[in-house]
Amino acid sequence: MIKYLTKILFLALLIVSFSSCVHLKEYQKNRINDSEMALTNRKVEKNELNFESYRESASGANAGKTGGGCGCN
Amino acid sequence: MKKIYLSIVGFSLLCRLNVQAQASYSTGNANTPATTISHTDYDTTDYRPRRFRLDEVNLFSSYYTQNGDHSAVTGGIGTEKVTDNSNGIDLNFLWLNNSLNKNTLSVGLGYDHHTSASSAYVALNGGAKPGGTRIYPSLDWTVENTKQGTSFGIGAYYSGEYNYKSKGLDLHWSTKTADKNGEFGVKLQGYFDEVKLIYPSEFVPQPTITVIPAGSYVITTASGNREVVSTAGRVISNSKNTLPSSPRTTLSAAFSYSQIINSRLQVMFLGDVVEQNGYLSLPFHRVYFSNGKDTIEKLPSQRFKVPVGIRANYFLGDNIILRSYYRYYMDSWGSKANTASLEVAYKVTPFFSISPFYRYYAQSAAKYFAPYEQHSASDEYYTSNYEYGQFQSSYYGVGFRIVPPKGVFGWQNLHELEIRYGHYSQTTNLVSDVISVNLGFK
Repeated sequence: MIKYLTKILFLALLIVSFSSCVHLKEYQKNRINDSEMALTNRKVEKNELNFESYRESASGANAGKTGGGCGCN
Repeated sequence: MKKIYLSIVGFSLLCRLNVQAQASYSTGNANTPATTISHTDYDTTDYRPRRFRLDEVNLFSSYYTQNGDHSAVTGGIGTEKVTDNSNGIDLNFLWLNNSLNKNTLSVGLGYDHHTSASSAYVALNGGAKPGGTRIYPSLDWTVENTKQGTSFGIGAYYSGEYNYKSKGLDLHWSTKTADKNGEFGVKLQGYFDEVKLIYPSEFVPQPTITVIPAGSYVITTASGNREVVSTAGRVISNSKNTLPSSPRTTLSAAFSYSQIINSRLQVMFLGDVVEQNGYLSLPFHRVYFSNGKDTIEKLPSQRFKVPVGIRANYFLGDNIILRSYYRYYMDSWGSKANTASLEVAYKVTPFFSISPFYRYYAQSAAKYFAPYEQHSASDEYYTSNYEYGQFQSSYYGVGFRIVPPKGVFGWQNLHELEIRYGHYSQTTNLVSDVISVNLGFK
């Protein structure tokens, strides 16, 4: 029961978060468009993502590769 | 989970405060002068040259060093010392087609050289080759309709090293919401790999000798090489045979949705569905049973993975950017994992930032994992690879980014320099350090 309640609470909070999104015009996006605000990995992180995916069971959901390469050393 | 709830409550509160701030700002500026120049009237950002041109070149280099004492090659004990030197180049070409759609062609080439102490113990006496190289070219072509906010692309990838070859293909598509503040993306990927069946030396069949009628004899080695030798011991002919390989396929669908919450905050939800099938073990990983006998790692031929994640980046004040990430992962082998990271990018000047970061990771063990001599010989599947064990890890370090308007060190073409160092440690005693450099040329 508590599990279901927490799931419902989680979804409710998500909906509330998005309901309060602000519509921004292009000229209002100076901070959002800052290169460090990009919702991607940094270019310099490329090799880090590789070794993490080889040393840990989990991978994916980070806009990176999900396969390929052995990394078995 | 508590952390997620608190984060979302925090985002929600920030959004609401910002809505109020914007509303009061709009009200206060209701009497806008009639002579105000519209931003779109003189907008020249749409100017785009049509010719094919090299837009950006990125050079990256990285040095990785690792130590530990749970190598899978020696059954969960033994050295895990590794060094890896990785170098690569990415070229981005741009042009506009007849419909004025933006085309981007990315061509990449990477080269790694590694040394691995445990690889030497593929041979029981430690005499196997303790290193190797990997080369990995990639190609991606993306067409973007900037007016409609849609993009479509295809990519190809190859990775080749002595014992492992991988070919990959992907299709990706994205579309922005009507107000251009949200974007939905899908990426379908397929990797078609070949694992070379290099077994630990004690499992390699001994060479066979067959006497043929003419008095000569044929020697067939473990790797399939054949030599016809005369009775005088002279090699009459030989034929080389490559070691057999076994296929491994990875198919995945990656979904993402990003949303600008307000002028300082944006979030992205990510979710992948990954299916792997084929030979998912590695042939040179040993497992020692509780009875002291050893064998080769054996894992199921299918695996499903479902990672879901969220990124949230927040511009705090005028010179601090918080970059956060959380991921929950589960797979059909019984492993579950949580990853959380936070990076604080502090802009010392608009062109120079320092970014300390911390990443925490925790995973539960896969049901097929057991340490050295803990598996029973009656187990159906078995591995002593600590990648599938239970552990926590910490990764922390600092990054520097320089993007001066007149170029790094006054060199106009070198527009960006990034350097990042990190120290990684697992509760399994594995530790590693990595330093990476990226140079961006325009």
